[in-house]
Amino acid sequence: MDARIESVGTSSGELHGASIIAALKASGIEYVLAVPDIVTSSGLLAPIARDKDFRLIRVCKEDECIGIASGLSYADKRALILIQYTGFLDSLNAIRGIAVEYKQPICMMVGLLGHDPEKPPRASPRYGVRIIEPILDDMGIAHHLVSEDADVAKIAPAIERAYRYSEPVALLIGRRPQAS
Amino acid sequence: MMKRAECFEILARHIGDAALVATYSSAVDWVDIAPRARNYLSIGAMGLDSSHGLGLALGRPDQRVVVLQGDGSLLMNLGSLVTIAAAAPKNLVHLVAQNDTYEANGSQPIPNPNIDFAGIARSSGYAAAYDFSDLKIFEQQVAHALDQQGPVFATLHVEPTKPLKYDYPSLYDPQKRTAFKAEWNRRS
Repeated sequence: MDARIESVGTSSGELHGASIIAALKASGIEYVLAVPDIVTSSGLLAPIARDKDFRLIRVCKEDECIGIASGLSYADKRALILIQYTGFLDSLNAIRGIAVEYKQPICMMVGLLGHDPEKPPRASPRYGVRIIEPILDDMGIAHHLVSEDADVAKIAPAIERAYRYSEPVALLIGRRPQAS
Repeated sequence: MMKRAECFEILARHIGDAALVATYSSAVDWVDIAPRARNYLSIGAMGLDSSHGLGLALGRPDQRVVVLQGDGSLLMNLGSLVTIAAAAPKNLVHLVAQNDTYEANGSQPIPNPNIDFAGIARSSGYAAAYDFSDLKIFEQQVAHALDQQGPVFATLHVEPTKPLKYDYPSLYDPQKRTAFKAEWNRRS
C-alpha cells in the first residue's frame, strides 16, 4: 500500500478524499473523466481539479467517458471515470458494448447518491442504488464498495487488475468523502 | 451534394498515418476504399465515435486522429462537441458525413435535416469548422483541413446510398483491435 494512503485517517465511518486520491495516483491514473456527482463533488472532484498530477476532462454526459477511456487505453493511458450511479445507469449500453463485449479496461468510480452507508447497497433505501450491484453482477463486472478509509486499499489492486486483464471494474462510493 | 464514396476516396489520398475512427455506413465505405491497420472501428455504442476519437487524440498527441462520424451518430452524442472543444486536442479532425438519414437503421430520416453541425461545432469552440457540399472544393481544401491545428470540424454533405452490406463480425473483429493497438503504439 502507498504510504500516503496509510497516513490519512482509517477510523470506521470516515472516508477521506485524500486517501482515494493517493490510491488513484498509486494506480497510475493520469486522466479523470467526470460529470459532477454530489456524493464526490467537494471531497474528490474538487481536489482532483486542483491537482496537477491529473488531467481532468469534464464531459457533458457520462457515456462519453466510456469512449474516451477506451481511446486512451490504446496508448496505455490510464483513466478513472468519476460519475453518479444515475450516470452509470444512463451509460449501460456503452458499458455493455465497450467495457464488456470489447473487454476494455474501463475503471468507474460511482457515487451512490442517497445511500445509507450503514447498510449494504442491496438494502439501500433508494431503489436506484439497490439495483446497481445486481446489474453489475449480471453484466459480469467486478465491483468493490468503498465506504470508509479501510476500503480504499481495494482501489489500487482493482485498477491494476482492470488494466492487466483488460476488463471493467466499478468502485462504488458509499459515503461522501471528506475534503480533508 | 457529394457522393460519400467519392469523398472518402479523396480523403484516403490525404489521410497519411492518422488514425481513422468510423462506424456503420461510413466504416463500410471507408474500409472498402482504405483498408489499413490504423482504422479504428470498434465503437461499441452508436454515437461514441467522437468520444473514442478524443481519447485516441489525448493518448497520442504526436499523432493525427480523424473521426468519420455519421449524422445520426453525432446526434446521439452532440455534447461531445462541447467536450472536445473544451479538451482542445490540436491533433483531432472531426468529420461528419451528413446524408440526413439513419442509413444503417433502414434509412429513416434524422429528426431535423436542417441542423447546422458546423455551426454548433464553431460555437462550441472548435478551432475551425467547415461545410463541404462540392467535391472539387473539398478536394482543394481537404489537405489544409487535415493539417491545421485542431480541433477541426467539417460537415460533408453527401447523398444517401443504396443499402449497404454490414459485415459487423468483420468490422468489429477483436484481432483488428489488437492490430490497431500494436500499430498505434509503434513509434516511428
